[in-house]
Amino acid sequence: MGRLFDFMLPENKSPLTADPTDGLFHFINEVSLIFLVGITIALIYFAFKYKRKSDNDYTPVITHNNTLEITWSVIPLLITLVIFGWGYSGWLNLKAVPDDAYEIQVTGFKWNWAVNYENGAQTLNEIHVPKGRPVKIVLQSRDVLHSFFVPDYRVKHDAVPGRYTYVWFQAEEVGESVVFCTEYCGTEHSYMDAKIIVHEPEDFETWLEINGGGPSGTPVEQGEALVMQQGCQTCHSVDGSAGLAPTFQGLFGRDEQLADGSTLQADENYIRESILDPGAKIVAGYANIMPPYEGILSDDEITNIIEYLKTLE
Amino acid sequence: MAAAETNNMTTLQVKRFKPSENPTNTYLTDEKGVWAWMTTVDHKKIGLMYLASVAFFFAFAGFLAIALRTELWEPATNFIDADTYNKYFTLHGAMMVFFVLIPSIPAALGNFVLPMQLGAKDVAFPRLNLASFYIYVIGAIFTFISLAYNGFDTGWTFYTPYSSTGSTGVIWVTLGVFILGFSSILTGTNFITTIHKLRAPGITWDKLPLNIWALYATSIIQVLATPVLAITILLLAMENIMDIGIFDPAKGGDPVLYQHFFWFYSHPAVYIMIVPGFGIISEVISTFSKKTVFGYWAIALSSLAIAFIGFLVWGHHMFTSGQSAVATTVFSFLTFLVGIPTGIKIFNWIATLYKGSIDMKTPMLYVFIFLFLFSIGGFTGIMLGALSVDIHLHDTYYVVAHFHYVMMGGTLIALLAGLHYWWPKMTGKMYNETQGKIAAILVFIGFNMTFLPQFIMGAQGMPRRYYNYIDQFQPFHQTSTIGSYILGVAFLLILYYLVMSLIKGEQAPSNPWKSRALEWQSTSPPDFHNFAHTPVVINGPYDYHKPMEEFQLGLAVEHNGHGEHHEVETEETEKA
Repeated sequence: MGRLFDFMLPENKSPLTADPTDGLFHFINEVSLIFLVGITIALIYFAFKYKRKSDNDYTPVITHNNTLEITWSVIPLLITLVIFGWGYSGWLNLKAVPDDAYEIQVTGFKWNWAVNYENGAQTLNEIHVPKGRPVKIVLQSRDVLHSFFVPDYRVKHDAVPGRYTYVWFQAEEVGESVVFCTEYCGTEHSYMDAKIIVHEPEDFETWLEINGGGPSGTPVEQGEALVMQQGCQTCHSVDGSAGLAPTFQGLFGRDEQLADGSTLQADENYIRESILDPGAKIVAGYANIMPPYEGILSDDEITNIIEYLKTLE
Repeated sequence: MAAAETNNMTTLQVKRFKPSENPTNTYLTDEKGVWAWMTTVDHKKIGLMYLASVAFFFAFAGFLAIALRTELWEPATNFIDADTYNKYFTLHGAMMVFFVLIPSIPAALGNFVLPMQLGAKDVAFPRLNLASFYIYVIGAIFTFISLAYNGFDTGWTFYTPYSSTGSTGVIWVTLGVFILGFSSILTGTNFITTIHKLRAPGITWDKLPLNIWALYATSIIQVLATPVLAITILLLAMENIMDIGIFDPAKGGDPVLYQHFFWFYSHPAVYIMIVPGFGIISEVISTFSKKTVFGYWAIALSSLAIAFIGFLVWGHHMFTSGQSAVATTVFSFLTFLVGIPTGIKIFNWIATLYKGSIDMKTPMLYVFIFLFLFSIGGFTGIMLGALSVDIHLHDTYYVVAHFHYVMMGGTLIALLAGLHYWWPKMTGKMYNETQGKIAAILVFIGFNMTFLPQFIMGAQGMPRRYYNYIDQFQPFHQTSTIGSYILGVAFLLILYYLVMSLIKGEQAPSNPWKSRALEWQSTSPPDFHNFAHTPVVINGPYDYHKPMEEFQLGLAVEHNGHGEHHEVETEETEKA
C-alpha cells in the first residue's frame, strides 16, 4: 500500500518542505484505509449474515449503547487531533523561511510569471535557483488572483493583487520542476505554467552575472527584450499567426477596424495608448482582456517597444 | 379531544385507519390540468414540480460534465476551445450547486415527505411554498439570460477581482443566485414552522423521524446562512455597477474579503446539501433492515451539531489565500471537529444493520453505496483539513474528487435512495427492481471510475479548472472520461425505467416496504389531504417490534366511521 501512496505523490525534490507533508499524507491514507476496510467488511458481512429470510423476521430492539457511542466518538477525535497537530507543525515549517534564504520576486499576471532577481536580471516563466540553499519566492499579482504551485516542493500560495505573499523551498538536486497556476484566472489559465531550473551554486552565480544589470543594446533590441519579458507574445504573435490579440507583425501603420465601427491607423500614439489604457480602443473581434501597463513600463521603455514593433513588417 | 388530563397526558379517542390498496381519490386525481398544477398549493405537487426541475437541471449540467470530460480526453484542444470549456465548467458547477444539490432533497423530496411524516395536511404556509418554487424558477431564468449575454466563465465561486472585470453575464447569474437564495430561505422558514406547529397528536420530539431532524437542521442553516450570500452578491453588484471599492484591489478593495463572505455562506451550503441526505439514509436503512435505528439521539443531535459547527469552518477553503495565520489554525482545528459527528452517524447506521433483517432492494443498495462513497469523501476531507497537506492538495483534482465523493457520492446517491424509496408513494407505481439494481451498480462502477483516478492525479499535482494538461496525466483523464460515460448510461437507464413505471408500472401497494413510518400509512399515491383522518402516533417511527396496527391510528371522532375504538394515551406536545 505504501507504494500506491508513494505513487500518488510527485517526486520529492525539496525534502525540507515536502517531508512533513508526505509523512502526514501517508499516515492519513493508512488510517483511512484501515477504517474504510473495516466499514466495508462490516457492510458486506452484515448484508449476507443478516439477509432477510422472511417478511416476519424478528429483529431485536437495540436502541443505543453509550459505551460504543463514546468509543467511536473519542477514538476518531484523538486521531484527528494528532492529524491536526501534525498538519499544523508542518504548516508552521512552510511559513518559517530560513534566515539565509535567497530572495526572488515573482509577479503573476495573465498568463505569465515575471521573475526579478537581486541584481536586475529578469526572466519570464523561468525561475533560476541555486541548489542546496533555501529560496524565498515573494509573490505578487498585477491583475487577478493567481496561485503559485510547485508539486515537487509541496508548496503553494495565492498571488494576490495589492499584497505580498511568499513560499520557500530548498531544491536538493539539479534539474527542473514545473510550476502551475492553481487559481483560475481566465482563458489561458491552464497554459500559465513556469519552470524552476535548479543550478549548482557556482553555475547559478555565473548565470546571474551574465543576465544581470537589466536590458542593454539598441532601442530595438531593448524593445524586443521587453516584449518577451512582459509576456506580450502570449497573446500578440510576432509572425502574423492568430492569437487572442492582434498580431504585432505589420501592426505599425496598419489600418485597424475598431469594435465601435471606426477605423484608425496604428501610429505611435495609438500604440502608446493601447499599452497604458488597453480598453480605450479595442480592435474589432477581440475581447478587452489586456491588463493596463500604466505604472509598470516607463516612457523610455514604451518608446523602445514601439521602435521594435516598427521592425516587424 | 381531551377527555381526561392528568400529568400532561391527554386521552384521545382513536381507531385504526387501514389505508386502502385501491384508492379512488388521490392528490393526482383531485386537481387536474396544467393550470391546476401551476397554481396548486399542495406540497406534494410542489415537491414533484421541484423534482422535475431538479431533474431537468441535473440532465443539463450532467450533459455539460460529459462534454468537459470528452474535451479532457487529450491535452490541448479536442473539440471545444478554452473559453467554451471555462464557461461549461462554470455552468456545470453553478447549476449543480444552486439548482440541483441545494433544492434537491429539501425542496423536492422534503416537500413531499415532510408534512406526511408529521401527519399534517400541508406545510405551515402553503402559498409561501408555491412562491418559493416560482422564485426558484425566476432565479433559473436569470441564469439563462446570462447565457444570452455571452455566458460567464468565473467558476461557480465568482472570485474577485476576476469576476468584477468579467462580462455582463456575471451580473445576471449572480442576480439569479441572489433571487434563488430567497427560495431557499422561504422553504427553510416554512419547514421550521411546520415541524414546530403541525405535528400530529403524539409526535413528540423524541418520536420525530430522523429525516425530520435532518430537514430541521438543514432549514436552520438555510435561514441563517443564505442571507449572507445575498449580502455578498449585493456588495459584488455595488462594486460592479456603482464602482465602490469593496473586493477589487484596483478600487481599494480586498479580494480575500470576498472569499470570506462567499465561504461564510457556501461552506454551510455544503451542509444544506448533505444533511438532508443523512435523513434519507436513516429512513431507508431502518425500513430495509426492519429494525430500530441504533443511536436515535446520536444521529438526531449530530445533525444539529454539524449545522452549528458547519458555520465555523469556512476558512478551510482559504488556507493558501493569504488569510491570517491565526484564522488558518483555528479553521483547521474546527474542521476536524465537524468530522466527528459525521463519523458518529456512519457508525450508528452500520450498527443499525447488526442483527437486522436486511432486504437489499434498490433503495438499500444505494444506502450501501452511499456508506462506502461517503466514507471516502469523509476521509479525504480529513486529508484536506490537515494544514500542511492541504497546501499541496488545494485547488488540484484531489479537491475535485473529494467534493464529488461528498456531493455526488453522498447527496446524489442519497437522493437516488430516497427517490426509489418514495417513488411508489409519490406515483403509485412500482419500478422494475432488476433494472433499478443494475443501474445502481452501474452508477457505483461509473462513479468510482470517474473520480478515483482524480485523487491520484490531483495528489500528483494536476490543478483543477485546467483546459490543457501535461501528458503524464492523460491515462488518469481517459479513465475518468470512460467512467463518466458509464455514469451517463446509468442515468439514462434510471430515466428509462422510471418513465416506464409511470406508463405501465404495477400499481404500488400502500406500504410496499412494510415500513412503520407515518408517510407509508397513507394510500399510494396519497389522498389530497395526505390522510383522510388526523393521524395519532403512539410509537416511535422505527418501532419494528410493535404490530403494524399501532401505526395506523387516527382520531376516531372527526369522522363518523365505524369500527373498533381504542383509547390511547399520548403525551401532550407543547402546542403553544
